[in-house]
Amino acid sequence: MGEPSPVLEMTGIRKVFPGVVALDGVDFRLFPGEIHALMGENGAGKSTLIKVLTGVYDIDGGDITLGGAAVRFTGPLQSQKAGVSTVYQEVNLCTNLSVAENIFIGREPRRLGRIQWGLMRKRAAELLARLDLNLDVSASLDTYSLAIQQMVAIARAVDVSARVLILDEPTSSLDASEVEQLFKVMRRLKEEGVAILFVSHFLDQVYEVSDRLTVLRNGKLIGEYKTAELPQVQLVEKMIGKELAVLDDLENKAQRTRAKTAEAAPILSATGLGRTGAIAPFDLTINAGEVVGLAGLLGSGRTELARLLFGADRADSGTLQIDGKDVTLRSPQAAMKHGIAFSSENRRTEGILGELTVRENIILALQASRGWTRPIPRRKQDELVDKYIKALQIRPADPEREVRMLSGGNQQKVLLARWLITEPRLLIIDEPTRGIDVGAKAEIQKLVAELSDGGVAVLFVSAELEEVLRLSHKIEVLRDRRLVEELENTEGVDADRIMQTIASGATS
Amino acid sequence: MTILKNRLFWPAVILVALLVVNMFTSNQFITVRDGHLFGTLPDILRGSAPLLLVALGMTLVIATGGIDLSVGSVMAISGAVACLLISDLGNQNSVGSVLLIIGVAIVVSLVLGLWNGALVAAVGIQPIIATLILMVAGRGVAQLITDGQIINVQSSPYATIATGFFLAMPVAFLIAVGAVVLTVLLTRRTALGLLLESVGGSPTASRLAGIRSRRITVMTYVVSGGLAGLAGLIYSANIKSADSISAGNLIELDAILAVVIGGTALIGGRFSIAGTVIGALLIQTLGVTVVAVGVPSKATLLFKAVIVVALCLSQSATFRQKVFGRIKPRPATAVRAEVPA
Amino acid sequence: MTTVDMTPATNKSNSPTNPRRRVYLPNTKYIPILATLTLLLIMYFTGVANYRNFGQPSVVVNLFRDNAVLLVVAVGMTFVIITGGIDLSVGAVISMTTTLTATLLAGGWPPLVVLPLVLLLGALLGAGMGAVIHFFKVEPFIATLAGLFLARGIALFINQNSIPIRDKLWKSLSEYRIVLADGVVTKVTSVTAVVVVLIAAAVLAWTRFGRNVYAVGGNADSALLMGLPVGRTKIAVYTLSGFCAALGGVLFSINSTSGWALQGQGLELDAIAACVIGGVLLTGGSGYVFGSLLGVMVYGLIQTIITFQGDLNAAWTRIIIGLLLFGFIVLQRVVTRRAK
Repeated sequence: MGEPSPVLEMTGIRKVFPGVVALDGVDFRLFPGEIHALMGENGAGKSTLIKVLTGVYDIDGGDITLGGAAVRFTGPLQSQKAGVSTVYQEVNLCTNLSVAENIFIGREPRRLGRIQWGLMRKRAAELLARLDLNLDVSASLDTYSLAIQQMVAIARAVDVSARVLILDEPTSSLDASEVEQLFKVMRRLKEEGVAILFVSHFLDQVYEVSDRLTVLRNGKLIGEYKTAELPQVQLVEKMIGKELAVLDDLENKAQRTRAKTAEAAPILSATGLGRTGAIAPFDLTINAGEVVGLAGLLGSGRTELARLLFGADRADSGTLQIDGKDVTLRSPQAAMKHGIAFSSENRRTEGILGELTVRENIILALQASRGWTRPIPRRKQDELVDKYIKALQIRPADPEREVRMLSGGNQQKVLLARWLITEPRLLIIDEPTRGIDVGAKAEIQKLVAELSDGGVAVLFVSAELEEVLRLSHKIEVLRDRRLVEELENTEGVDADRIMQTIASGATS
Repeated sequence: MTILKNRLFWPAVILVALLVVNMFTSNQFITVRDGHLFGTLPDILRGSAPLLLVALGMTLVIATGGIDLSVGSVMAISGAVACLLISDLGNQNSVGSVLLIIGVAIVVSLVLGLWNGALVAAVGIQPIIATLILMVAGRGVAQLITDGQIINVQSSPYATIATGFFLAMPVAFLIAVGAVVLTVLLTRRTALGLLLESVGGSPTASRLAGIRSRRITVMTYVVSGGLAGLAGLIYSANIKSADSISAGNLIELDAILAVVIGGTALIGGRFSIAGTVIGALLIQTLGVTVVAVGVPSKATLLFKAVIVVALCLSQSATFRQKVFGRIKPRPATAVRAEVPA
Repeated sequence: MTTVDMTPATNKSNSPTNPRRRVYLPNTKYIPILATLTLLLIMYFTGVANYRNFGQPSVVVNLFRDNAVLLVVAVGMTFVIITGGIDLSVGAVISMTTTLTATLLAGGWPPLVVLPLVLLLGALLGAGMGAVIHFFKVEPFIATLAGLFLARGIALFINQNSIPIRDKLWKSLSEYRIVLADGVVTKVTSVTAVVVVLIAAAVLAWTRFGRNVYAVGGNADSALLMGLPVGRTKIAVYTLSGFCAALGGVLFSINSTSGWALQGQGLELDAIAACVIGGVLLTGGSGYVFGSLLGVMVYGLIQTIITFQGDLNAAWTRIIIGLLLFGFIVLQRVVTRRAK
């Protein structure tokens, strides 16, 4: 390292939105051939900084120089032409187009104005081969998994011959081997002299791959550090500005309360329950106060299993017993009648209603179960909503704010509040901590533990093994749409043990 | 300044301005004669009843993210059914029979709404296409009912719902007001409004929150059908006949316009009944004003188009920002510029 | 070095429980269009089986003659709908064009000036609506509804009555017959419509503009972030639709050698229905010009069958169209759903 001049330099960047200063005098620099992590909690200003860099937002103050020349981007097209390419958190491609088109759209090889489809496909296949991907490039992108779509997005960004490559949360939907694959590509690009800006919530990944990092907090620059010289604990402190003691409390708590829950009465027990094409028949029993973790890769059937237990999809085989009685769940309403609640992994499309207020979002499920003819009196609504805004520390604590204005973590808390006020006996939560910051994550984990203490059963779905291990009494491991193993979360069980099952598919 | 940001500000201003224009141009804006209200204003209120009713139902449908193109045809069918049955009566002035027939016509309209709702929610056809089917076929059905003729009726109880007065107010307007009040109570005093907005915001998320999205969607089409049927009755009672060709012709466009002017977005979600009322009154008043100020008949649509364009732009936050952005908004001049056109 | 080898549809249709499915099914993209084609053929052969002379080639050729206007308009509409928009103004643009054309020609304007002028005007109106939609974020439904009022308002303002066209060029274009085969003749208007379809299909499949149309309809935000000219594409499709509608108006005025302000009322809904029947998704991002062509053919064939039936009055015609439309859409849904 130690290149004399940065390829990109931003100084004193200021960006103001109505009522909020999103960036306040932020400096940032990026050298050729380095991987630079941009760190901060949700709302710290990372996304805004990236959007400034890609020309989506214009700045209200400060200077940007790229390759020594002052620039001011007025649109994504312009910044792309200057050599800044971006792969966003949510894959920003057009899934209705083919893989090859997604890589080349806007830059298709043409002769006499006519797109040369054959040549385009050939080039796309070659490019993907460079990233060790072998795909049918003429298939439409929506036939591929999110992980593959992500790779295609990177292939596109790389091919736009970027001097600066921005990767905004690229790993949040990838499994371990895919992450490795991505890192390999990143390192190769780094060797080619590309400057890579990398954003991730996974600290381990940041430490594994980045050379340098910049920390933002509340729109302000906290500092720039060499990754190797900044211990992880200090990084977290800089990011959130407070010590995190809550998590330690949780350690081993699951094991302490195990004896009690193992003897409690089962709330729900499934025998041979399954749905063709979604999840193979499985057996599962959940006791009162028990936290059951579902572990497995993306697409392993975790979500599908959870949806069956909530009646979101209908089972086509097996039986389900609730409180010892046979039931068939035909709809979410039916499940809710039995005290089952479900918070989806797709927070934005299947969870919150962005246009509605915090209050309306929170009372929605309770109101739905009462039916439209019996509205919850306004006083009662305010009471309930205030209680949960306080209990879950929803910020801003304004019940009449539209939910879409809240950060991801707070939206998640609103969703949890929606289900908690229905006083469920079994709470199914699918990926509640994905894409939210460390502080909110800890609070949600703590909440799960508290619910369990209060006798509520929780089915906890998460891609993060550490989290599953910390919270669960027992862990169900899924692989290829099949429940392959049930593990008591005792001393000997750790992440490696579960990984092994996920990888090899041990039979139980 | 906050009042200027309200989406209903400009429509309300234009409505008031148009009424003011009418006050000056008409020789009788509002007077009392024979214990009834007479003049331009009561005429506007009376004439706006069908559009108000249709727009009301349309608001609920649009709130769920749908659209109902069939309202005009439903109007035609309901008028045709009522007139056919009344013309068969021995005594067309029998109040009981007429009321019963009105009930029958409305039940028919509700069933037509149910058909639309079933196509949208159960079969899963896109609303614009699903309701297009009834829009096309419905008028044929109406023609079939009247056997291609215009059925004239001589029933004073039937005529009352369009031209009668009650407590000095036009009955047609009172019916519309009743429907509005009922809808407001139904949506805002119960949880229906919230559930509607939720379904319009995201049917998937709503289903997972335990809302019976389909049932609610079907309900809005049924209500829309029923209200369109009522509007059809008022329309046919007004002309004392069933005209299956022109009854409710193109009313769906005016109704959609009224809803949008009233600040309800076509993508669904938040809806405003007050906004729809302002929108419908505005469109009706506009039509009356054009005639009153003596715009030649060949220019009436063009005139209406200009106002509609202005209104649509005023509804665009981006437009307001770009035009009035840095400058202080000056409503007075803007209004003056639009009125004498 | 390990290679990640993935075949598509790992997560959806190609689930482990149903490995053989793919073999029998064509690319899922083409299912709606194939469903329409199949149903169209069924309808056609039902006609052939039931009516004498239905099987003659002139029946098919006449489909193009009788539906040339709808076809041209549907082509423009296809572009708009693929971007996720809608254009309600097309019927009114037709009436504006026919009225203006007839008036100008009656006023002694040279036809070769009138023709480009009215086409330009249609395109300009479309561009205006596109600009309002893009720059002011007005919903397409509303912006083009305003355009509908505006265009028809202009038409009525020019003249409320039907105006005959006596221009020589128009007359000769109207009377000119193109002999395709023995006893099979067609007109200039149908040939124009077919040419428009072919050009449009080529533009959608083989030009950057065409692909941008799909990208904008698939995900406008992504398209913007990929550096595609989203605004320009949106404005362009409405311009194109306005142009197609104006061209439709010209064809109309040639066919009828007259102009009338109430011409083309409700045609916008026919065009939208034709696109939808042809598998163009109203949500955007998916569809083909050939699909819309098939949709128009379905519409035309329904009319033809009704003509052949002969003894139907106006009321029954409407009801039958409605019923067939219903049957068609439901069948298409069933076919498409089963394929998934």
